[in-house]
Amino acid sequence: MEILAVVAVMVALCAVVFVVSQPLRRGPEAMERQTSERVRDLEAAREAKYQEIRDAELDARLGKLTPEDHRTLDRQLRADAIEILRELDELGG
Amino acid sequence: MATFGRACLILGLAVALYGIAASIHGARSGRQDWVVSGRRAVYALAGLTTAAFAVLEIAFLRSDFSFSVVATHSSTTTPLFYKMAAPWSSQEGSLLLWLFMLSIWSSLVLFLTRRRMREVAPYATAVLLGFGVFFGGLLVFMESPFDVLPIPPLEGTGLNPLLRHPSMMIHPPMLYSGYTLFAVPFAFAVGALITRRVDAEWIRSTRRFALGAWLALGIGILLGARWSYSELGWGGYWAWDPVENASLMPWLTGTAFIHSIMIQERRGMLKIWNASLVLSTGVLAILGTFLVRSGILDSIHAFGASTLGVPFVSLIAVMIAGSIALVVSRRETLRSENKLDSLLSREAVFLGNNLVLVALCAVIFFGTFFPLISEAVTGDKASVGPPWFDQYVVPLALVLVLLSGIGPLIAWRRASAAGARRNLLGPALVGVAVVVVSLALGAGSSPPTVLMFGLGAFVIAGVVQEFWRGARARRAMSDDGPLRSVVSLVRRNRRRYGGYIVHSGMALMFIGIAGSSALQHANDANLKPGQSMRSGPYDVTYVRPTSSITTTAGGRLEKVNFGSVLDVRRDGKHVTTLRPSRSFFPSTAIEDFGPVGRFFEGEATSEVGLKAGLTHDVWTAMTPDIDALKPIIDEGDKVFTKFANDPGTTPEARSQALAAILVGITENYRRSPPPTTFRVIASPLVTWLWIGAIVIVGGALIALWPTGDPARRRVRAGYAARVAQELGATSREPEPEPEPEPVRSA
Repeated sequence: MEILAVVAVMVALCAVVFVVSQPLRRGPEAMERQTSERVRDLEAAREAKYQEIRDAELDARLGKLTPEDHRTLDRQLRADAIEILRELDELGG
Repeated sequence: MATFGRACLILGLAVALYGIAASIHGARSGRQDWVVSGRRAVYALAGLTTAAFAVLEIAFLRSDFSFSVVATHSSTTTPLFYKMAAPWSSQEGSLLLWLFMLSIWSSLVLFLTRRRMREVAPYATAVLLGFGVFFGGLLVFMESPFDVLPIPPLEGTGLNPLLRHPSMMIHPPMLYSGYTLFAVPFAFAVGALITRRVDAEWIRSTRRFALGAWLALGIGILLGARWSYSELGWGGYWAWDPVENASLMPWLTGTAFIHSIMIQERRGMLKIWNASLVLSTGVLAILGTFLVRSGILDSIHAFGASTLGVPFVSLIAVMIAGSIALVVSRRETLRSENKLDSLLSREAVFLGNNLVLVALCAVIFFGTFFPLISEAVTGDKASVGPPWFDQYVVPLALVLVLLSGIGPLIAWRRASAAGARRNLLGPALVGVAVVVVSLALGAGSSPPTVLMFGLGAFVIAGVVQEFWRGARARRAMSDDGPLRSVVSLVRRNRRRYGGYIVHSGMALMFIGIAGSSALQHANDANLKPGQSMRSGPYDVTYVRPTSSITTTAGGRLEKVNFGSVLDVRRDGKHVTTLRPSRSFFPSTAIEDFGPVGRFFEGEATSEVGLKAGLTHDVWTAMTPDIDALKPIIDEGDKVFTKFANDPGTTPEARSQALAAILVGITENYRRSPPPTTFRVIASPLVTWLWIGAIVIVGGALIALWPTGDPARRRVRAGYAARVAQELGATSREPEPEPEPEPVRSA
């Protein structure tokens, strides 16, 4: 039983050290790099989302989407775009 | 198990110390990696305290009496439900609960703000971890829940019977949630003051936590009141006990804070006041924890004298000195951006409401600490009772209710006299009408009570008027029906209308408190079966005695119950039948009281007989004269001792004999019952206190709901406009598709 406790303590210790030290192991440059990578990803996602909105609009004009379906889809896509913009702003992108 | 739990706490203490250093270093050097590492220390602390708390819970559920705290606060006969709640009945367990909740809430707020407030958050992290170090230090060095006994006993002492009430499962966690959640705005206020970022951003980021703290603490206080009403056997829900007061004080300053931050958000005013309020609330939350733990003031709720006084006083001193130093040194930065435009404005009413709330807190603080003050001055520890509190609290409460009714009805910045008159007239007339009706119904014996009824009606009428006007405006803009327009109104501004609902709940509560305190009839009488007593409009007759023995699922004897059947009549008509009882839990001191006598000398609890109604509660409790049973109990002890000492008696035979003797005593009680003292209280309107509480919780939940925040909606609207603008700016006619899709045949 005591051995089990010692093993559990060691596991907890390793987990804590791993979690807390990870940002330091990456270093400040890696943190910044990670942030800028995320910004780039989000910018790409924003453009893709805008493209989706335009495509949906075209589909509606061509009669592939009913006005009701288009409204629902457009609302959803714009909500996604808002979330992306919000996250970009939080990252200072 | 205990080793692992202890190791988790030691690791938690170490990681909290590290996190403080990492956060401060990160903030001062601008190194984001250290800041993130410090934040992760909070997550690690949450993981470790969760593991430690789980170890303690498992020990209680398994009745592992090798844990000292389990042996002294539980037993094999404790029902499973109460075993789960037993950890926080102990000093050590409740300190661990505090640390556990602090680490969870801290992790949540730091996760939610991880990409915002980059300057303030590291210092807030350090402050939150500072609390973690304090409580972790207490748990590691002074009050460990993981102390083990060299020889575990076969049976534990058991949970205090008074704590065997369903609300005890959630009352302490709610109180601690309130206290620990208030640590969040406290920590961010300290961070904002250190970094001089005292704009409304820290308020917006932590407002929900302040409101959550207010709600959790309020629920905790109300559950405590309900427990007192239904379990303690004295018939009241509030006794101005130091521990009750300790939880009320931060709630009052927290109430002031969640009102006055609206002024800072809107007008950039009251920055010093808000900072002082939230810092005071944080200090009072720690003070509340200290009062329960230190035993410096006599209370039925306290854990008794302990060695925690010095560390707590030191922490409180550091918090007060640090808070004063920060506010004084940042007074220039905290200067208001605007001035009060008019005394006839919502800001002015909020300010008045704040002053009343702080005055209430000051009165309660003085009354609570009066025993210590009097001891310091005169050498005698004198205390003040409910009448002293009432003489100050009642007028202040009347002013508070009046202001809470006026506030929602007048405009921000500057209200015109004509506009104020138009908005106030209807509710005021309702209030006056209620006063007249109350006087006609004979409530005139207590003018403050009648006034409170009128003011409560004024508040509720004002809220109804606001809903009515708002819904009418919505209907003018849409085709919605009345109900749908109200729902739509609330959804569009949850904070405002949730707050109004809270105000109406508060008014209901004050009506219930005023009616039940001033107009109640409380009577005591010593009755034999067949005799009657009168309480207010009710005639209560003691019909017959009852008695029983309660055993646990394992067949162990848990308690002996003596009860009664009471017939309650009003004007000769049967109203209800009540069955109050008193339960006796066995004492462990067999040598002192004897094998049979000990069953009547341990803790005793009251099960009240209660008929609740919208106009009246009839509340009864009984105390049987156990001394009258003494001869037969002594005889039982003699007979049992003689039988048990016979070498041929088996343990099973001993148990059977003991059970037979106890059954004999309970039968004897039914056959020739001794006189019993009954307390009967006819309490008008008390149900409205609990209904008001439910309304308050509902309103607060609406206000807490995230999507309804107007600021958030404004931000979202801004983003929506930006999406539209960027789509328009980069808009290009999409390429036509190369080939039209073939038309499908039917």
